[in-house]
Formats: sequence, C-alpha cells, structure tokens
Amino acid sequence: MTSTIAGGVDCDLHPAVPHLTSLLPYLNDYWRDQVTTRGMVDLVSQSYPPNSPISARPDWRPAQGKPGSRLADMQAQALDPFQTAFGICNPFYGVQMVFSEDMAVAFCRALNDWLAKEWLDQDARLRGSIVIPVQSVEKSVAEIERCAADPRFVQVLMLVMGDMPLGKRHYWPIYAAAERLGLPIGIHAGSNYHNPPSSVGWGSYHIEDYVAQAQAFQTQLTSLIVEGVFARHPKLKMVMLESGFTWLPPFLWRLHKFWRGIRMETPWVDRAPLEIVRSNIRLSLQPVDAPDDGSVLHRLFDHMQSDELLLFSTDYPHWQFDGNDVLPRGLSSDLVRKIMIDNPFATYGRLSQEVARETTP
Amino acid sequence: MNVQFRDLPEQAASKDAKTAIADCDIHPARATRTELYPFLARRWQEHLETYDKHAYQGMMEGPPYPKAQPNASRRDAYPPEGGPQGSSLSFMQKQHLDPNNVVLGVLNPLATGQGIRNQDLAAAICSAINDWQIEKWTSKDSRLKGSIVVANEDGPAAAAEIRKRAGDPNFVQVLLLSRNVEPLGQRRYWPIYEAAEEAGLPVGVHAFGFGGNPITASGWPSFYIEEMVGHSQCQQTALASLVLEGVFERHPTLKMIMIEAGFGWTPSLCWRLDKVWRRLRSEVPHVKRPPSEYIRDHIYWTTQPMEDPERRQDLFDVIDWIGWDKLLFATDYPHWDFDDPSRVLPAGVSEDNRAAFYLGNARRVYGLE
Repeated sequence: MTSTIAGGVDCDLHPAVPHLTSLLPYLNDYWRDQVTTRGMVDLVSQSYPPNSPISARPDWRPAQGKPGSRLADMQAQALDPFQTAFGICNPFYGVQMVFSEDMAVAFCRALNDWLAKEWLDQDARLRGSIVIPVQSVEKSVAEIERCAADPRFVQVLMLVMGDMPLGKRHYWPIYAAAERLGLPIGIHAGSNYHNPPSSVGWGSYHIEDYVAQAQAFQTQLTSLIVEGVFARHPKLKMVMLESGFTWLPPFLWRLHKFWRGIRMETPWVDRAPLEIVRSNIRLSLQPVDAPDDGSVLHRLFDHMQSDELLLFSTDYPHWQFDGNDVLPRGLSSDLVRKIMIDNPFATYGRLSQEVARETTP
Repeated sequence: MNVQFRDLPEQAASKDAKTAIADCDIHPARATRTELYPFLARRWQEHLETYDKHAYQGMMEGPPYPKAQPNASRRDAYPPEGGPQGSSLSFMQKQHLDPNNVVLGVLNPLATGQGIRNQDLAAAICSAINDWQIEKWTSKDSRLKGSIVVANEDGPAAAAEIRKRAGDPNFVQVLLLSRNVEPLGQRRYWPIYEAAEEAGLPVGVHAFGFGGNPITASGWPSFYIEEMVGHSQCQQTALASLVLEGVFERHPTLKMIMIEAGFGWTPSLCWRLDKVWRRLRSEVPHVKRPPSEYIRDHIYWTTQPMEDPERRQDLFDVIDWIGWDKLLFATDYPHWDFDDPSRVLPAGVSEDNRAAFYLGNARRVYGLE
C-alpha cells in the first residue's frame, strides 16, 4: 500500500439521513403535513441499498441505523485515521428522485439545512455540497444562491443519471451560477431513476446498476464537452465523484477521434477533449477500478498524462478498499501530495477561504 | 477514421504488395428500395408500402441523428452504375476487396428487420435479408460471408431462423445490434444464444439498433457525435448484462464479437466488473467466475474505429491487456469512418501479432481455418 499524508482533503464522504422524519424540523408546516398525512416513507435510493455490501464496509457498519448516519463514526473511521484536514460531505438521499418539483425543492432545502446544522456545525473539518432540485433550473439556481452565502458549502451536487444529459443548454443557468459563486459542480454516481439506469434499458441486478455508473459518467462527459459547457464557462470545474477513472484515457482516445472526424457538428468545441478535461474536469480517487498490480497501475497513471486530475476520496462509508489501503500501490510521494492536497485545494477554491463561525443558513 | 478520395488505378497497382486481410465489418446495401421484394411474401410487400417498418424510433426515413455523410458512407464509394454506397458488388470488389487484398469479408447488413415493433414483419424481413445476402453477394464472390440476421426481440422466431440457416457455408455468424428493448443478457434473448451455440456460430453484436430506450442513462443527447461515441457505452452495458445474467455459464462454447464499438474500454470494464463482483456476488450466484474470465474466454472485438492515442505504447498496453488473439480487423466499408488497413496499426508490432490481427484471429473465430 501507499501511505497517506496528513492534511489531505477527502472529497467524497456520505453522511446518511437517518430517516425522512429527520428532515421534518427543516420543512415548513405544509410539507411537514404532507409527509405525515400522506404516510411518506424513507427516501432510500436503490442505487445503494443500505444492506448491500457496496453500501458500507463491514467494519464501518453500525450496530443499528444506516451506515454513515453518525458523526462519531465518520470521525473515528474516516476523518481521524486519514488525518483529514477537510472532508466534503455529499449527502446521498432520494430527494432528487421525486417527480414533483415543488416537493423536490422543499426536500433539497431541508437536506441542505440539515447538513449544515447536524454535520458542518458539529465538526470544523467538514464542508458541504449543495443538493439541488434539478427538475427546476430556476429553483436550483435559487437554492445554490441561498446556500452559497455559507462558505462551508464548497460545491453543487448533481447525479450522473438524471432526466437529461448534463451538457444540455437547459442546465446552463445552474453552471453560470456555480461559476459565478466559485463552486465546482460535483457529479456523483447514482440515478434518479427517471430513465432506465443504463443506455440499453433495465438490467436485472443491483450489480448491473452499479457497474453502469461508469458508462453513465462517460456519456455525461461526452455531453458536457460537446455541448460546449466549458467553452461558455471556462472557469467552471466539474468533479466526477465515485466515477472510477481508469476508463478515462481510452474514452478520450475515442472521443478525440470522433471529434476530429465530425467537429463540424459542434464547431464551438475548439479545443481537444483531452485539453478540456485537463482544465475543467477532475475525478475522485475511489473506486480504483484496476488490478492490484503495480506495473499495470503505473501504466494507467501514465495514460492519464496528467497528475492533476485525481482528488483524494475514501467514499466513506461505501466499501471500496480495506484497512487503510485507500491509495493504490506504487504512487510516488509527489503524486500522493498532489492527489491528497494540491489538487483538491486547486479545485475547491472555497477551501482556502476563511470561515467565521457560521450560523445555519 | 479517414474519408478517402483515392486514385483507383494506383490503388489497384499496389495489390500484390499487400498482406491478405480479413475485413470483419462490411456493410452491403440495397441498390433500390424494392430490391428485397423478390424475397418477401406479397403480404409483406403491401404491408411495407402501406405502413412502412414502424420501428422503435420516430423517423419514417433515415436515422434520428443525421449522419456525418450521406448514408454514413464515403463520398467516393458511390457505384458508377448508380445506387447508394455499398450496393454494388463489382464496385465493392474494385474499390475495396481487390486493392486491399481482402480474402475474407464478413457482411453485416444493418437495415434489416431488427428494431421493428411488428415481430412478424421483423422475422419476414430478416429472412429475406438472409436470402438476399446469398443471392446478391456470397454466391457471387467466395471471399464474402454473410451474417444471419434475426428478429431480435422474438427469441423463438430468431432461433428458428438460425436453425434454418445452420450448416449453410454462406453464413459465418449470427448478427445482433447492441441497443435492444432490454440489455442483451436478458432471457428473452436466450433462445438466440442457444441456437447459435448449437449451430457452432459466433454471435456478432454490432453498434446501433433501436429498442425504444433513450441512448444514455440520462435520456436523449443532442448530437450525432454523442451517439457515435456512446456506442462504446451501450456495448459495455450490453456485455456486462451478458456476463451477469450468466449467458456464458449456460453456453460454455458460445463466442461473441463486439463490432464497431471500440475495444479500449475493455480492461477498465473488466477490472470494475471483477471488483464489484467480489463485493456483490451473493446477488448473482449463477456467475461463478470473475467476469473478466468469461470475457477473456468468450469475447472478441472488431477493431474499427481503432482507438489511436497520441502515444502508440498506450495502445499497445491496452491490446496487451486484452490479448492480441482477440482483435479482428475491420474497415467498416463503405462507411465514412473507414479504417485504412495500411495505416491502422502503428509500427512496432511483431509479425505474429500482425498476422493474427489482420487475418488469423478472424479465421479461427469464424471457423474458416
């Protein structure tokens, strides 16, 4: 294994909402009443069934309750052992899955307030991602602006599988707001299940949905590049979270070849895809979809042709690695420093901002 | 990927110097709209005239994403006698088979009965296409071999068509497309694999197809380039489905060929599958071995469009991880993104690997050694 260093940034932590009722204090009377009168149940996404082995490492599983639902566990299992300076919380809760945009707005707002109060206020190392009701671009922008007043929110969070490809012009006001406020867009594995969870329809198994996340990241990256998001928003960073990264070089070879062949279709894409990725796209470290073979890993990192693309992540509490083997073997100490410290700080500008003791937004 | 406007006589002159190759992805076309009618019952001719194909997509004519070139084909590939690119055997011989020294050419008809909602019509058109391949192509040029196209959404009808053609030396594979109503491992398609294995034929899975699903997991993208690049994602998901549904556990001698969707994605997909399978294998107890082992034992890839990274060593790494014995050379003639056999492989490949890549692997997979 490769040793971690102190002072790093863990870019993918998952604090779990214990239950929908945990959000009741953050809902207004109308929505509190809706939840109780209609008998709404917990909004758990089948992307991560709580008891699935992928959803929590066996030794990180609490005796009761959802993995990742207690701050003390996150501190003892992720923040302390990896000597993390900052941990970015990406709450994964089914608020994006509902079909009513009004309901999504209320739940996203509650989730963001819950995160600030129950996590960010409780541990100064924690930072947050703003979950947005993507069905409504207008309301997403409003929620971004509301939360961005709190500098502890360092990113906007979207799911990799949603209603439309993420490059679509429909979403651009979200990207304009994020760029203006110095917030990267984090795109996390998971689906709102408004479309089949693969490009060829519904598979039978949870394992298929999970494997298919990597293909979804690939199609989203194509969409973001060819629609011209980064030609319009050159300062915008997007971070692929829990995406895997070993698919990236061959994907770019293919995209580059087609871009050369048919760039007349999207003439605003005036830089090669690899250059756009270098300047605007980052990927979280875990999961490392590669064999535990130093020479293969060495070649894979060489294929990336950049040491600035990867951001350290544990994906806590998801089960991606055992013990403290969060870094793949054979990384140089320079690369470890880039992945754990330099790259995250360069990506998340708000991490370097002074944070006064904030009150909840 | 080069659209070429080459000088024909010069091309012909270099023939003898060229290595013999297999081209595992050639697209034959019909010269006229009604060229298939002699192979179709009167009932279906009238049906087509009245209702057309009623496919799993909205356009009556042409594809939902306009191609980069007319008929997605090279502008220099129009036959002198008229008709679309790829519709003339004599011109295909003169422009491609002879000058490029193609000794084995595998025909992959794309505009068939696949992706049609009326399954009786689908079966009738597929069977007609199979007769047409013999009549127009394979019986006229022994270098060419056909693909059995089948009504992909109707397993029993597809299996019957495969059994009808089994043992016919005009055909070397069964042909499916990657995008269907469900992922390809689903049991509605199992009769196809059973019949193919029984007939000793590999199943080719060519990019494209229509199954009514949005072509990304987030709905419909905007551009043709997204559809083209996205074929590799559709293929990856289809392949994962085949492995995870246990198709290769059930059919230990079945071979499948991934056509025109690249191969560079394979190592990463295999590593991901293996890693996740180790975590989640209790969900799929019928998948008894690491997924990469099934892929290693059962899957081949055609090469076009070849990934061509800036640094050739990167390409060689990927091929080493997949295996030089697993790639089948293809040009995609007459399509615009044709790969030129004389340029596709960079220098620095051993003679053995080169021979396997261009011809040996294809002969072995198609049983033509």
